[in-house]
Amino acid sequence: MTAPPLLSVRGLNKAYGALRVTDDVSFDVAEGELHAIIGPNGAGKTTLIHQLSGRLASDGGTVRFAGSDVTRLSMEERVRRGLARSFQITSILDGFTVLENAALAVQARSGSSFRFFRPAARETRLNEAAMAALAQVKLDDRAHRRAGSLSHGEKRQLEIAVALATGARLLLLDEPLAGTGHEETAVLVDLMQALKETHTIVLIEHDMDAVFALADRVSVLVYGRLIATGTPADVRSNREVRAAYLGEEEAA
Amino acid sequence: MSAGLSEAAFDTAGRVGPGRRAGLFAGGGATLAAGLIFLALALLPPVATLIDDPFLVVTATRIMIFAIAALSLDLVLGYGAMVSFGHAAFLGIGAYAVAILAANGIDDLFLQAVAAILAAALFAFVTGAISLRTKGVYFIMITLAFGQMAYFFMVSLSAYGGDDGITLDARSTLFGLPVLAGDLGLFYLVLAVLVVAFAGLRALTLSRFGRVLRGTRENPVRMQAIGFAPFRYQLTAYVIAGALAGVAGVLLANQAEFVSPAYMSWQRSGELIVMVVLGGMGTLAGAIGGAIAFMLLEDWLALASEHWKLGLGLLLVLLVLFSRGGIAGAIGRLAGRSEA
Repeated sequence: MTAPPLLSVRGLNKAYGALRVTDDVSFDVAEGELHAIIGPNGAGKTTLIHQLSGRLASDGGTVRFAGSDVTRLSMEERVRRGLARSFQITSILDGFTVLENAALAVQARSGSSFRFFRPAARETRLNEAAMAALAQVKLDDRAHRRAGSLSHGEKRQLEIAVALATGARLLLLDEPLAGTGHEETAVLVDLMQALKETHTIVLIEHDMDAVFALADRVSVLVYGRLIATGTPADVRSNREVRAAYLGEEEAA
Repeated sequence: MSAGLSEAAFDTAGRVGPGRRAGLFAGGGATLAAGLIFLALALLPPVATLIDDPFLVVTATRIMIFAIAALSLDLVLGYGAMVSFGHAAFLGIGAYAVAILAANGIDDLFLQAVAAILAAALFAFVTGAISLRTKGVYFIMITLAFGQMAYFFMVSLSAYGGDDGITLDARSTLFGLPVLAGDLGLFYLVLAVLVVAFAGLRALTLSRFGRVLRGTRENPVRMQAIGFAPFRYQLTAYVIAGALAGVAGVLLANQAEFVSPAYMSWQRSGELIVMVVLGGMGTLAGAIGGAIAFMLLEDWLALASEHWKLGLGLLLVLLVLFSRGGIAGAIGRLAGRSEA
């Protein structure tokens, strides 16, 4: 841990009235790390990812990314600095082709989009970079299908491909396994295993098998507070975590 | 109404992208349909002479002018998913640019058009920048409010006719030549503007800019999550549409040789929306078809009964209920090339 962390969160807060959804959260994510955030339903995981990605403004605290303070930046400004996210509820552009979904993310970072005449679909550079992102999630054979016609698992793959196509250094993956079946889960876990080699990842996930297979470190969020951070083994054996969250399952 | 609108917008979503449904008005079909309409229009004047009905040319000119305005609204409404209820204001601004400049001795069409474009674009920029801070019904209401402001401003502008409007002494000249003096000259100028507007907007919707606009229509949050700030693109589309509607206003003033605040009324804005929805939003060719259908229906129903607006209303209800995607959608399905 001699290198400065890629993502550094300090004292982050968010409250809705008296309800503290994010309560003084601090943690670091080192370059190349896969950092999982787990917690029971309603622990505030999605709110936290909204704050990290810029979808929601924070009430207090700071988010530093790649050495600079991004706390006040909008979502689109954070994406352009390399902090991209996927969504728990699939939010791809259904009416666009798979390729165009990814190409649009490439377009956002390569040259101005205030170009009014040349057909964008024929821009080879955009399409090639988009194809590369699709190949990374093994969707390149679906490139010309309409995104809305993909299976649920394929949509989850596309969701990740679009985040990749933004050219991100750090991926915030919000429950990439939400609603997937057995085989789809296996495909996506393999995919994330491969992504670990090239990207820093913050993973929010309910599937504990996947989390413990993938994560370098795990943070546990309960009622908006981080109650533990450590290696999967540390977290598994942490008393507080077992009581608050894993308790029942582990005892069985 | 809003549910119907959003559903239709979803129906047309991404049509321009490859691999999407291939209705007659979609993709290459849209260009074909528009091309056929343009060809028919180009041949209309000789036919009108042949059947000795010169008024046909006048009617067609008026329809084409509204088709240009409807095209510009389709960019905002169909591609940008912004339900602007004040679009007639731009039409009026263009028309008043002609009237006010003519009253001050500037009869040149080119200068009038430049003034109209600048004035309409400026009005679009200022009102759009404010309106786009709101969403949904609030956007509809605020654009309506700005439209009404423009309307009442012109009503109170007594130097230029106020409520009664102002009659032009003559049509505009182009570099000193009276090319618009005859109905035929005006007809072909309007047709040329219509063709250029269609071709330009078609390229625009397929360009990088158009793709961002279409993406924003489907999912603005997704667009932000990949690094786009939708506001800038929506505002730019709003300004382009406003400027084009201003050009339509310049033509309208010349066609009628009369300008009044009625051009900017909210009823006029509503009619433009009806044209776009009737023709099929987000297809461009649909906006042209919708303008033609609406204005012909208006003429014919007015002949049939003084309560013609009731008939028009019924037809619209039926169309919204039974034909998603308007005329473009219906033709697409009849052509049997639609998947859905």
